[in-house]
Amino acid sequence: MAHFTKATSVKDWLNQRLAIEKVEKVMASEYWIPKNINFLWAMGMVLVITFALLLVSGIFLLMYYQPNVNLAFDSVNYTIMREVDFGWLWRHVHGVAASVVFLIIYIHMFTAIYYGSYKKGREMIWISGMLLFVAFSAEAFSGYMLPWGQMSYWAGMVITNLFSGGSLHADGLVEWIRGDYVPAQAFLNRFFMLHVLLIPVAIMGLIGLHFGALRIPHVNNQDGEEIDFDAESKKYLAGDKAGSKVIRFANDFMSKDMMVVAIYLVFFFYLVFFHYDFAMDPVNFDPADGLKTPTHIYPEWYFLWSYEILRPFSTNIGLMAFAFAQVIFMLLPFLDRSPNAVPASRRGLFKFWFWAMLIDMIVLTSMGKVPPIEPFGTIGFYAALTFIGLWILLPIITIFEKKA
Amino acid sequence: MKNKEPLILVIVVFFSLVTYYLVEPFAHSQMHKHVESEGFAYADLPSVKTGDATRGKDLVMGAGACTGCHSIKSADMPAPMDAVSAAAAYGVNPPDLSNAGAVYDAKFLNALIKNPAHALMVEHKFDAAKGQMHPMVAFYGAGGDIDQEVADMVAYLQSIAPKADKLTPKMAFETACGRCHAVRYEKWTQIGETPTFKFKKDALAQKIKVLEYQDSLTKYMGKLPPDLSMYIRSRGEHYIKTFVENPQNYLKGTAMPRVGVNAEAADKVIEYLEDAGDAKRHERTNVGINVMIFMLVFVIFAVLWKREVWRDLH
Repeated sequence: MAHFTKATSVKDWLNQRLAIEKVEKVMASEYWIPKNINFLWAMGMVLVITFALLLVSGIFLLMYYQPNVNLAFDSVNYTIMREVDFGWLWRHVHGVAASVVFLIIYIHMFTAIYYGSYKKGREMIWISGMLLFVAFSAEAFSGYMLPWGQMSYWAGMVITNLFSGGSLHADGLVEWIRGDYVPAQAFLNRFFMLHVLLIPVAIMGLIGLHFGALRIPHVNNQDGEEIDFDAESKKYLAGDKAGSKVIRFANDFMSKDMMVVAIYLVFFFYLVFFHYDFAMDPVNFDPADGLKTPTHIYPEWYFLWSYEILRPFSTNIGLMAFAFAQVIFMLLPFLDRSPNAVPASRRGLFKFWFWAMLIDMIVLTSMGKVPPIEPFGTIGFYAALTFIGLWILLPIITIFEKKA
Repeated sequence: MKNKEPLILVIVVFFSLVTYYLVEPFAHSQMHKHVESEGFAYADLPSVKTGDATRGKDLVMGAGACTGCHSIKSADMPAPMDAVSAAAAYGVNPPDLSNAGAVYDAKFLNALIKNPAHALMVEHKFDAAKGQMHPMVAFYGAGGDIDQEVADMVAYLQSIAPKADKLTPKMAFETACGRCHAVRYEKWTQIGETPTFKFKKDALAQKIKVLEYQDSLTKYMGKLPPDLSMYIRSRGEHYIKTFVENPQNYLKGTAMPRVGVNAEAADKVIEYLEDAGDAKRHERTNVGINVMIFMLVFVIFAVLWKREVWRDLH
């Protein structure tokens, strides 16, 4: 057992038991971040804040929400929106944050792709990040079921149907997932459980893994420069703050993080109070009705690109393309064969690959929402082929990339 | 080294806005038919004569005229039947006419009295040649100039109706929509607002009445007209207004009649639906402005703190 002395202060008392000074150093004041970064590096903190907003607003909503097919719709639209003081605020914060969090995730992802932050020891950061993307997608989908509106019901019907596997006709699997032949009480209850317990717990664990994965390879910088963190941090601690290539996480980097967060929150709350419709589909304000299929069924905007990879093909090919789209980003560190971990602008053909991928995903997103009439059907079909083609091309163009 | 942040910000904002434009305004313009409002002008209906309310009163109150079926509570004319029996007889309870002059457009009322199925745009449902008579009997004239007589009746209804500023959202909704549509978030049923009962058996008796009424209405309309509690969020003001103006524009062959409200009453109906489905809208705007001010102040402090910390780092 360790030796304890009579404490001289509360801080000393805690220090002997929890080593709070050491923790503070490891987590904040001597957690070294490269100085050569731009505001895109603050997206992690923006995501943490958005997740906190989702968690807090979700806790308040959970106090009044009723996971029952007869009560769910009214518990949201009447009890929370009308009866509970500021219930409307929590709901709009939750709904808008659920949509905006994906915008930030996509910015965060494309930042990592552009700057090559998934290479040379940073593979686990990328993989844990993609696992977070999967977990957030499941969280968003399960949450979308809860108001039990028309889109909840029919999106639940369509997405669970995917598990029948087309010609495999695994209808038993679909029934097992639903707990019924159609989305009903058992379905709502289990998605409620997933949304408020299992997936949030998984997300919090994955956030821990994602942060942990950063410790050894350190944060990347905007020139892909390899920094000797030990030497640079000694320089900083010796007083040469301007000459050192690294800065403390707190308060140096955090002050910049918080500046970006503050500007982001202006945008976020503008959406919450004055422009929330994009995040709360009108169709979902009609109560679920299994006898009345909505004219257009489409997922929320952040799933549209993968939906459009499914849609233009026949059932079996579409499902295979869809499955491909779900896993392929995870494999990015291994499909990119280039030894260079530098920004895309200095990487030859990969530069064009990056912008082509970004634009193709926006085209897919757009075509995923509009009805599959011409010319949208054709545009969507070729955009889906382009998506698959780009991933097949990636190892080929990167293997010939010259060492920068 | 050159500061690339402004350029990066422009690129991020540009691609975000392009995506927003494509999935919201553009996609919705492709999914939904756009119908321009006609401004509640009812241009397809003929223009009307100036009426005389005194003569109109005799026609409205006369034997076999309006009050044979309609109540006028403000003129102490009770309904001949209760709502449930009336719905069993006609399919839907004929409206009380106290507010009709304020809620309905004058041209529409004139046309309605002369040919209900035509004014209501439900001729596809009521074809006299096939013996499908509209439950409201057309007025065939009292012996004089029928156009003048109808104008007199409308003038009388307008004379007893509340002035525009006295017409509440609830009155407008009840007269125009409330006999077919329930709004459960406002405790509104097709037979009126559900009171609070002391005894459960009274509450159940009321519920049975509502169900009986709804059964008749379902038979009459083909399906039970939807509850409108959340329509302000699920359909929005523009859709509701243009739908009410001419339901056939959106749903060819629908049993929903043209309602014939005037522009002011349409605004009142919208207000009623906003109170039901978007009750906290004023609070939202007020809180929103305060939060925006707070956040802008927060930005100023955040920028100052960052500059303070980074002064030594450059």
